[in-house]
Amino acid sequence: MTTTDVGAGRTGRTFTPAELVAVRADFPLLGRTVRDGKRLIYLDSAATSQKPQVVLDTEVDFYEQRNAAVHRGAHALAEEATEAFEHARQQVAALVGTDVGEIVWTPGATMGINLVATGIQNATLGRGGPAAAERFRIGPGDEILVTEAEHHSNLVPWQELAARTGATLRWIPVGDDGRLDLAGLEGADGGRGDAALINERTKVVAFAHVSNVTGAVAPVARIAAAARAVGALTVLDACQSVPHRPVDLHALGVDFAVFSAHKTLGPTGVGALYGRRELLEALPPVTTGGSMVEVVTMEATTFAPPPLKFEAGTQMVAQAVGFGAAADYLRELGMEAVAAHEAELAAELLRIAEIPGVRVIGPASVGTLGEEAAPEAGLPDRVAAVSFVVDGVHAHDVGQVLDDAGIAVRVGHHCAQPLHRRFGIAATARASASVYTTLDEVKAFREALAGVRAFFGAE
Amino acid sequence: MSSLEQMYQQVILDHAKHPVGRGLVAVDGGHLHGESHQVNPTCGDEVTLRVDVVPAADGAPARVAGVSWEGQGCSISQASVSVMTDLVSNQPLDEVARLDALFHDLMSSRGKGLDDDAAEDDLGDATAFTGVSKYPARIKCALLGWAALKDSLVRSGASATATNH
Repeated sequence: MTTTDVGAGRTGRTFTPAELVAVRADFPLLGRTVRDGKRLIYLDSAATSQKPQVVLDTEVDFYEQRNAAVHRGAHALAEEATEAFEHARQQVAALVGTDVGEIVWTPGATMGINLVATGIQNATLGRGGPAAAERFRIGPGDEILVTEAEHHSNLVPWQELAARTGATLRWIPVGDDGRLDLAGLEGADGGRGDAALINERTKVVAFAHVSNVTGAVAPVARIAAAARAVGALTVLDACQSVPHRPVDLHALGVDFAVFSAHKTLGPTGVGALYGRRELLEALPPVTTGGSMVEVVTMEATTFAPPPLKFEAGTQMVAQAVGFGAAADYLRELGMEAVAAHEAELAAELLRIAEIPGVRVIGPASVGTLGEEAAPEAGLPDRVAAVSFVVDGVHAHDVGQVLDDAGIAVRVGHHCAQPLHRRFGIAATARASASVYTTLDEVKAFREALAGVRAFFGAE
Repeated sequence: MSSLEQMYQQVILDHAKHPVGRGLVAVDGGHLHGESHQVNPTCGDEVTLRVDVVPAADGAPARVAGVSWEGQGCSISQASVSVMTDLVSNQPLDEVARLDALFHDLMSSRGKGLDDDAAEDDLGDATAFTGVSKYPARIKCALLGWAALKDSLVRSGASATATNH
């Protein structure tokens, strides 16, 4: 990794000023004021993004013109609703480079991870038949590998799976720079002995593409290759990457991935699980009931093929259709331009480290990934989500002063308590950007942050 | 005064910088004691609080002899424990329960205060938290220490009245 040429390489050109003005005009909420008429500066997009008008319109249009039950009924509306629902699946698949049948709708990324974890357990119990049991079986002596940087949503489900099956949970540590410390990934001799974090007993490797705290990009291809070499399944939390950079899940070589609509300019209540086709075919369902079946008798049931096998009950149809519109909106902006724009914002955000008493938790600069990171070569090595602490002032108090200036940041542990414990802190404040964030907003944030210690009389 | 200044009144900033009762102390042998650890899961703030209760005797009601605590968190949570420590020390348990109820009412007032001068006088420095009650996300910061006190009184076995409201 180098620390030069921000915005160079594959990220290509960023938005022109006129393009950025046009992008902002697409987001109605950005026009409002907060706290007695102050202009809103929204730097909490890593928690949830704002939504462009086209997403809102698409949802309303669905309810006004197309609303009907999908995948049942033969009337005209049912056909149109089903078509919109399945078209959205194509739109989301196109955003992340997968086949349409490899995208499963979920209520969110958390549910996607739980689906995979519980599906693995169901397979172990034999519910997917002998072949699936062979492919997914996990039990005492087996290992699940996560990282110390995970969001609780990609940690707790694996703790639970380990507890239910007797498997052992291990984790990749985080270095002082906020990046994964991969020194132990292979054994001392570079092999797959017991000491290696990825070894012959490893069944699952679950990790975030981009940390929601440090903003660091994980070396996905390297970890996926190591997992593949021992036959372990990879589960990628792509919540903080899909909204911010080109993501090609096939090229990355992971087995499963999850991401959420609401962080990706789309509605709440819907997310996507990607699974390689043969794995989705083998994995037994988790939630069962209506519309995920083929033949039901009083004694037994056969299941629909994926992805429908994993979509029991009434689906979040309008939200999925809105998610499709969000995916198209991002593709029209161009994810490489989005990455370039946000790399500039990340560099500007990181200048908060120049303020006395401010310390960034995570990589201190934005670089460009090298050839070893293929297929991500040329993309930024961190995103524009920057967590920080202010000496002598608690994160909650930092956030309150910023809020008084109309600036929205996240405060707390960002659902990553182990990572905060790793750095010996209970809470951080986090400023995070999206497609609509401007350099002027980041500068205003820095100016407000510079006054925080004086307000609290911190020395 | 801006909303921000109303929230961070000087008395709160002073208590946050120079907290009262910080540092757990041993309880006298003949007294009751209880300890409680409370966390705010959204921000990781925490407090461990120990209460020292003189049992009722010779017609005198049980009273809080003292409160000591350890914790870390935002200025609102730390200042609130500190102010509370001053307020409840040497108070009978009935009075502690009344103050607890008044403070909860204050924190539910959405910035308006109690509209009861006598009650606000009784709360003393704790009325400085009126500005906090305008901010729903921060109310639980101000209540963290009070939750620890209530729980530690229950654990001490000193009085059920502290938990009756």
